[in-house]
Amino acid sequence: MLRKNPTLRHILGRAGWYFVTFLVAVTVNFFLPRLGDANPIDAIMAKAGAMDSVSAREKEDAYLREFGLAETDANGKVIRTADGKPVKTSLASQFVNYVEMSLSGDLGTSILQYPKPVTDIILDAIPWTICLQLPTIILGWLFGNLLGALAAYKRGIFDRVLYPLALLSSAIPAFCVGILLVYVFGIRHAWFPAVGGYDPSTTPELSGAFLSSAAYHYVMPFLSIFLIVVGGQSIGMRSMVIYELGTDYVKYAKLLGIKESKILLYTFRNAMLPQLTGLALAIGAMVGGALITEIIFSYPGLGMAILTAIQGNDYPVITGCTLLLSITVLLANFSVDVLLGFLDPRIRAAQAAEAK
Amino acid sequence: MELVKGLFKIPSFLFGLGLFVATLALAFLGPVVLHIDVQNRVGDPYMAPSAAHWLGTDHLGIDMVSMLITGLRSSLYVGFLAGVVATLVGTLIGVYGGYKGGLLDDILTVATNLFLVIPTLIVLILLSSSMEKGRSLTLIALIIGCTTWTWSARAVRAQSASLRARDHVALARINGFSTFEIVIEQILPYLLSYVFMVFILQTATAILTEATISMLGLGPYDSISLGKILNDARTNEALIGGKWWAFMPAMVLVTVIAFSLYVINTAMEGVFNPRLRK
Repeated sequence: MLRKNPTLRHILGRAGWYFVTFLVAVTVNFFLPRLGDANPIDAIMAKAGAMDSVSAREKEDAYLREFGLAETDANGKVIRTADGKPVKTSLASQFVNYVEMSLSGDLGTSILQYPKPVTDIILDAIPWTICLQLPTIILGWLFGNLLGALAAYKRGIFDRVLYPLALLSSAIPAFCVGILLVYVFGIRHAWFPAVGGYDPSTTPELSGAFLSSAAYHYVMPFLSIFLIVVGGQSIGMRSMVIYELGTDYVKYAKLLGIKESKILLYTFRNAMLPQLTGLALAIGAMVGGALITEIIFSYPGLGMAILTAIQGNDYPVITGCTLLLSITVLLANFSVDVLLGFLDPRIRAAQAAEAK
Repeated sequence: MELVKGLFKIPSFLFGLGLFVATLALAFLGPVVLHIDVQNRVGDPYMAPSAAHWLGTDHLGIDMVSMLITGLRSSLYVGFLAGVVATLVGTLIGVYGGYKGGLLDDILTVATNLFLVIPTLIVLILLSSSMEKGRSLTLIALIIGCTTWTWSARAVRAQSASLRARDHVALARINGFSTFEIVIEQILPYLLSYVFMVFILQTATAILTEATISMLGLGPYDSISLGKILNDARTNEALIGGKWWAFMPAMVLVTVIAFSLYVINTAMEGVFNPRLRK
């Protein structure tokens, strides 16, 4: 069956490849934060404050068991060496434990907001991040490509003004655009709220007051991400279209007297495909940039959750969020990959050739 | 050489170069001409700009001009070191993989593809958060270099693979030159302009990346950097308080360096890639 269906074959091949990448992402996600010698239990113990040594010891035992950090005996008691230090579980068995827990959807417990599960923190944050980033990145990509194509086709004044502007906007770090917007329109002029995702006097629910305040808070983070995506994408599209306009098929089409608008359609179609690949490659970077934007605006999404976790050395939350982000970026890439397989005749041809 | 001369006739290249040289001058001549002091308080916190302190003071009362020049030097250092590491490793592996093919090439392709989908920023956040104690400026630069080299390897590999079929390369092979000699003598010279452009982009990216992770509070513990100045301003409420001198100049500096490098790169692309020539 696979032989007869090159597209399916392509999709399955890519899926296999992404699965391998996913495994690497999980491994990297587990081992990188554990390279250092920071000890999260010390952080909770310090937070818990002074206690007499017996109850402190009991509490530490409870944490060590909960986070699976120390060896326990048959009765579930933490094994300690002669000088009272707990016997640490090996990294390998911690890893097995981590994979088992993650597979069952348990990402552990937050240290900073103990005993809140990491999944709860993520579930609170994720709707904000999705609502902010998904439409913004897609709209910015579409608009940027349109603008880039126009600049390449019209050249002249249009190109001379637009291109340096786009170059400037892609050179400005994501956070600078955010800071600038907050300062000018949030603080100096107070046209839009400078921080937060909604008015704190309302609560997140399906009410008119909440939705309108959320929309009002949406404007500036949206603009900040949108501008950057438009800048970066229009530059890429511009050089792609310039390249396509110089190719032989365009010259030939012109000689044949084919209408200008028709030729444009052909060039756009060819220039769009590398841009779609570009989108797949850029998703990771865009998500990163957008996270920073959330932080500038104190937007209650994943970016803020990661920042709070970093500041408090809250490892379970850091790894939980980054794992989720990696999976999202992988899924986004996979979708674009599959889409490309349908859209690009060259890839279709290659698939057909492979199948033979 | 003709091409290099042609480069100096392009206004945008001269503009970018001028801008970049100006930031270099600020970083290296600044400490000679001006009195730099980032240790002692010279006034109250967040003093507005005045004749004595051109850009006021930060949240501790330290002279902002001193902070900025020191931070600029750190940013340039990170950019240069990370750029060199990423370009060197990326070019060597890319050229070799592209020319030779085989197992190394396969490994390279797998590694680059992995890093292209796993966001670099996430790797950096994870690494930096676990290395709290030894997180020096040099380590941050090395981490950035080691996570971004795959990008230049991929770019260089494509170029190198297209050179493989050239006559002079085949001739060298028939004459029994070793792979290493062929790569160094027959392939690299054709890629030099390209590698240089890759280096410029890597440097710009590294500077922006350092600013971003420092902004998150994962900056170096041993130095002042532009990103750390911004992080200090953010955590000490300069933004809400409208103390523009605490964050605006640092933002302008980061942007100007990255922008000037991008302009230089685009101008070079226009000269070395005949397709883009008007």
